[in-house]
Amino acid sequence: MNNMPAILVLAPLLGALFAGLAAWIQKQLSYYIALTAMAVSCFAAVSVLKDVVEAGTMQYRMAGWAPPMGIELKIDLLNAMVLVLISAIAFLNLVASVKSVEQEIPDRAPSFYVMYLLFVVGLLGVSATGDLFNLYVLIEITSLTSYTLIALGDKDRGHLAALNYIFIGVIGASFYLLGVGYLYITTGSLNMADVAVILKGIQGSSAVLTAFILCILGVWIKMALFPLHVWLPNAYSFAPVGFARVVAPLMTKVMVYVMIRLMVTVFGLDYILDTLHLADAVVWLAVTAILAGAFMALSQTDLKKMLAYIIVCEIGYMVGGAWLGNDLGMTGAILHILNDALMTFALFLAVGNIIYMRKQVAFSNLPGLFSAMPWTMAGFVLAGLSIIGVPPTCGFFSKWYLVLGAFEAGAYHFAAALIISSLVCAVLFFKVFEICFFASAPGDPDHHVAGSPQPIHYIHAAGHDRAGGDSGAGTHPPAGVMAEAPVSMLAALGLVSIAIIAAGVYAGTIVNTIILPFLQ
Amino acid sequence: MSDILSLIVAKYNFWLYIILMMIGLYAMIAKNNLMKKLVGMNIFQTAIILFYVSIGYKHGATLPIIQGGHGGHSAHDAVIRAADYINPLPHVLMLTAIVVSVATFGVAMALCVRIYQRYQTLEEDELRMRVSEKNNL
Repeated sequence: MNNMPAILVLAPLLGALFAGLAAWIQKQLSYYIALTAMAVSCFAAVSVLKDVVEAGTMQYRMAGWAPPMGIELKIDLLNAMVLVLISAIAFLNLVASVKSVEQEIPDRAPSFYVMYLLFVVGLLGVSATGDLFNLYVLIEITSLTSYTLIALGDKDRGHLAALNYIFIGVIGASFYLLGVGYLYITTGSLNMADVAVILKGIQGSSAVLTAFILCILGVWIKMALFPLHVWLPNAYSFAPVGFARVVAPLMTKVMVYVMIRLMVTVFGLDYILDTLHLADAVVWLAVTAILAGAFMALSQTDLKKMLAYIIVCEIGYMVGGAWLGNDLGMTGAILHILNDALMTFALFLAVGNIIYMRKQVAFSNLPGLFSAMPWTMAGFVLAGLSIIGVPPTCGFFSKWYLVLGAFEAGAYHFAAALIISSLVCAVLFFKVFEICFFASAPGDPDHHVAGSPQPIHYIHAAGHDRAGGDSGAGTHPPAGVMAEAPVSMLAALGLVSIAIIAAGVYAGTIVNTIILPFLQ
Repeated sequence: MSDILSLIVAKYNFWLYIILMMIGLYAMIAKNNLMKKLVGMNIFQTAIILFYVSIGYKHGATLPIIQGGHGGHSAHDAVIRAADYINPLPHVLMLTAIVVSVATFGVAMALCVRIYQRYQTLEEDELRMRVSEKNNL
C-alpha cells in the first residue's frame, strides 16, 4: 500500500513534536527540523499528485479500517492539486521567513515554528480527508493555531484581533459541526462518499436542506465571504509577517476548496442547482462581495490592509464562479484557487520584504522603493499585474474562464462585477506603483504626494531604517541606494514569480489534465 | 395549538439546544465585557454538544455493551437488536468536540489575560478607546 498520503499529513505533525523538543537543546534546531518536515511533506504531495494524475483517485485507510466505519484520506485530482499548493507555499514561506522571525519574534522563534507546522497539518488534513467530522476537527486545528500565531503579531492590537477572530471563528466552526450533525441524523454516516450515495435518495428532506445551509454558512464565515468578512482585515494585517504570508494565500483558499468539495462531492451539484434554486441569490452575494471588497480596498492607506480587502474581493470571484452552475464557472473557480494562492503569496512575500527593510507599509513609507528594492518591486509588479488580470500572467486565465462562465449562465451582473473590480484593482496597484516610483523623497522641494502627514511619518521611518547609511542626513531616505532584502526572501519571491508566469502559460494543460477530468 | 405543543414536547431536546444556542449567541454579540462574551461562547458550544448527545439517545435503551458477551458465545445465543442500545458514535464525537472547545476557551482566556495586562480593562468600549488613543499618539 502506498503510504504517501499519510506521510504527507504526518510529516509536519511529527516535525512539530520534534521541533518543540529540540528547542530545549538548541533553539536553531527547531527551524531545521521544521524545514525538513515541510520538505518531506512537499515531496510526498508531488508524488501523490503524480500518482493521482496517472492512476486516478487514491484512497488511504487510516489504521486499516475500511470506510464508512474507518476514517479515510481520499485524494482525487482536485485535492492533489490543493495539497501540492499548500505544501509548496508553506515550504517556500518557511525558507523566506527565517529572517523575519529573527527580526520580529526572536524569543518565540521555536514556538512559532511548532505552531506553524501544526497550522500546515490542519490545512493539509482538511484538504486530504474524506470524512466530514474529521474535517471539522482539522478546521479547528488550523483555526486554533492561527489564533495563537496572530496573537504573536502586533503588540498593541494583535491580541484583540485574535480574540475577535476566535469569536467569529467559533461561530463558523460550530455551524459547520451542527450541519454535520443533521447530516448524521439523516444518513447515519460521516464518510463523504457514503453520505453522498445515501443523500441521493432523500433530496426532498428539510433536514438535508438545514444541514446544507448550516455547513455552507459555517464555511462562508471561515472563508470571510462578504458580509461575514469583518474579522479578516485586522487578523491578517496584525499577524507576524512570517505567518501573514502563509495564512493569507492559504486559509481562505482551502475553505473555498471545502465549499467546492461539499457542493460537488457530498451534496451534489444537481441537488444544489435544481432542487434548491439558491444559485441566483448566491451569485448576487458574490457580486456584492467583489464590489465591496474592491471599494473598501480603495479607501485603505496601508498596503497590508489593502491586500487584505483584495482577498475579500477575490473570495467573491471564487464563490460566484462555483455557484454559476456550469462547468466553465466551476473551472474558473478551481483555477482561481491555484492562481489566487500564488498571486497573494507573491504580494505578501513582497510586502514582507518591504516590512523587513522599512518596518511599516503605510503608503507614506513607500516612496523610493523602486530604486531601493528593485527585485522585490519587480515581483510585486508582476503579482499586481496578475491580480489585475494582464494576459501572460495566470490571473488573466482564471478570470477569462469566470467571465465565459458568467456569459454562459446569463449572469451578466457577475461579468460586470469582475470587470469593474479588475479596473479598481488596476487603480489600486498603479496608485501604489506611482507612490513607490514617482513620489520624490520628502524634503525635496518638489515632492508631490497627496496627503500632508507624509513627511513626518517618513522621518520616523527613516530613523528606524535598517537600510541606514544616511543617519547623518536624518530626514532623507536612502535615495538611489540599494537596500534589498536578504537572498532567501528574494529567492522565494523569484520562484513564485516564475510560478505565476508558468501557471499562466500552462493554464490550458492544468485545466485539461486536472480540472476537467475532476468535474466529469 | 395542540399541534405546536405536541411538536415542542416531542422534540424538546431540539428546542432546548436552540434556546441555549441563542443565549450564547446573544451574549457573544450583545455583551460588552470580554469575559461575558467568552462565557457566551462556551454556552454556544455546549448547546451543540447537547444536541449531539441527545441524538444518540433512545427510549428504553441501555449502554452499548453486550451483556455477558465474553468470547462472543452469548452473542450468538441472543439476537442483538440495535434498538436496545443507545448509539455511542455521537457521544464519542463529542469527546473530540469537548477537547476542541476547551482548547479554544483556553487560548481565548490567555488572550484576555494579555489584553488585561496591556490595557487594564476587559470592557470593549474602553478597549476601543484606548487602542485608538495609542494609534493617534
